[in-house]
Amino acid sequence: MQPFAYSAPTTLEEAVEILDKHGEKARPLAGGTDLLVQIRGGRFDLDTVVDIKKIPELNEISNGNDELVLGAAVPCHKLYDDPSISKSYPGLIDAATLIGSIQIQSRSGFGGNLCNSTPSADGIAPLIVHSAVANIQGKSGSRSVPVEDFCTGPGSNVLGKGEMLVSITMPNKGDKFGAAYERFIPRNEMDIAVAAVGASIMLDSNGKIAEAKIALASVGPTPIFATKASESLKGKEPNEAAFKEAASIAKSECSPIEDMRGTADQRKHLVEVLTERMLIKSLERIGG
Amino acid sequence: MATDKIHVKTTINGRPEEFLTDPYVSLLDALREIVGLTGSKEGCLDGNCGACTVNVNGRIVDSCLVLAAEVDGQKVETVEGMASADGLHPLQQAFLEEAALQCGICTPGFLVASKGLLDNEPNPSEGRIRHWLAGNLCRCTGYENIIKAVKKAAENS
Repeated sequence: MQPFAYSAPTTLEEAVEILDKHGEKARPLAGGTDLLVQIRGGRFDLDTVVDIKKIPELNEISNGNDELVLGAAVPCHKLYDDPSISKSYPGLIDAATLIGSIQIQSRSGFGGNLCNSTPSADGIAPLIVHSAVANIQGKSGSRSVPVEDFCTGPGSNVLGKGEMLVSITMPNKGDKFGAAYERFIPRNEMDIAVAAVGASIMLDSNGKIAEAKIALASVGPTPIFATKASESLKGKEPNEAAFKEAASIAKSECSPIEDMRGTADQRKHLVEVLTERMLIKSLERIGG
Repeated sequence: MATDKIHVKTTINGRPEEFLTDPYVSLLDALREIVGLTGSKEGCLDGNCGACTVNVNGRIVDSCLVLAAEVDGQKVETVEGMASADGLHPLQQAFLEEAALQCGICTPGFLVASKGLLDNEPNPSEGRIRHWLAGNLCRCTGYENIIKAVKKAAENS
């Protein structure tokens, strides 16, 4: 690997100070499963990597009655090792169990997945359907950004110079809520999504849809919050006709490219199929 | 840019170990070239093949995607720690008996990964074994004998 220095600050202030000082020449290191590959590939010319895993806030995983706070460096396995998280945040668990291999899941997490901001990220669509918010710290203060507004293009996001992701927060939507995420890949494990869909449904006391969210991956320059498809379900009975209509709208909200993984048409078709399936699965998980 | 070496104090296969490393050296390279444990192999260097699998604090990781500096204060286990004075680890014995290797490059990774499974789940299903080992690639055996060996080791231990 090209030479770089290593620092492991123990406070947010220190980390932000180093990131601000070095700008483009510094990157935070969480699980490293993308970063070290990118460094080897020559994507960055770095003075230093900043290991953020010794900062307490970045390792926090606090599952309260009202919300889940996920430190930006928490690895995937900590989510599926905790049954209380699977119950309220099933969409996250779907993604945590299929990102990379078991080895990768020991290190990689949703924070790094979000900050890498790839269109095919398996972690981002589930965060969107769980209404997650990214909590960012910079030198001049902190701010919060809804996850659907975080990515701005392939590999780029709203983080400015010296800013870092501290945690991701999402509300516990209770017993009338279900969510799911699934990707299409041509083999069983260890691949990058050709297309993927996350969905969530919350029912009201009459059994109608109070809120639904649909998010798409690998079918546009960023993960996409399919707002029209999501809105179309509001107030409706959760049935096949409503799901099919939403799936058809979701198909029109994506803008896939054609590459070696699949054609644009195939990807659009997959969005429709997976959207209906994920809505059905979300519904099935309510109260489960 | 100029970078200072880092002093890493760690435990490897149960023994306290300390070494000096450049900050940009992977755990894999530190194990092989500084500590002299060449059992862990370099395959793809991007987290696909699992040939460099080691165990850090009870979790299997790809050591090519860990910096040596990160294991300061941590517990590392490699394939060299599997056999004891009494003989081979049940997984190693089963790999031999089932001919679960040909060229052998992937074998240390498969052994450490399989141990990571059996340490926590003594009786995994075949599906569970296959899923667990999806991050380890073998280009010789076609996997059948590897799966058989892991099942046999589970039965024998």
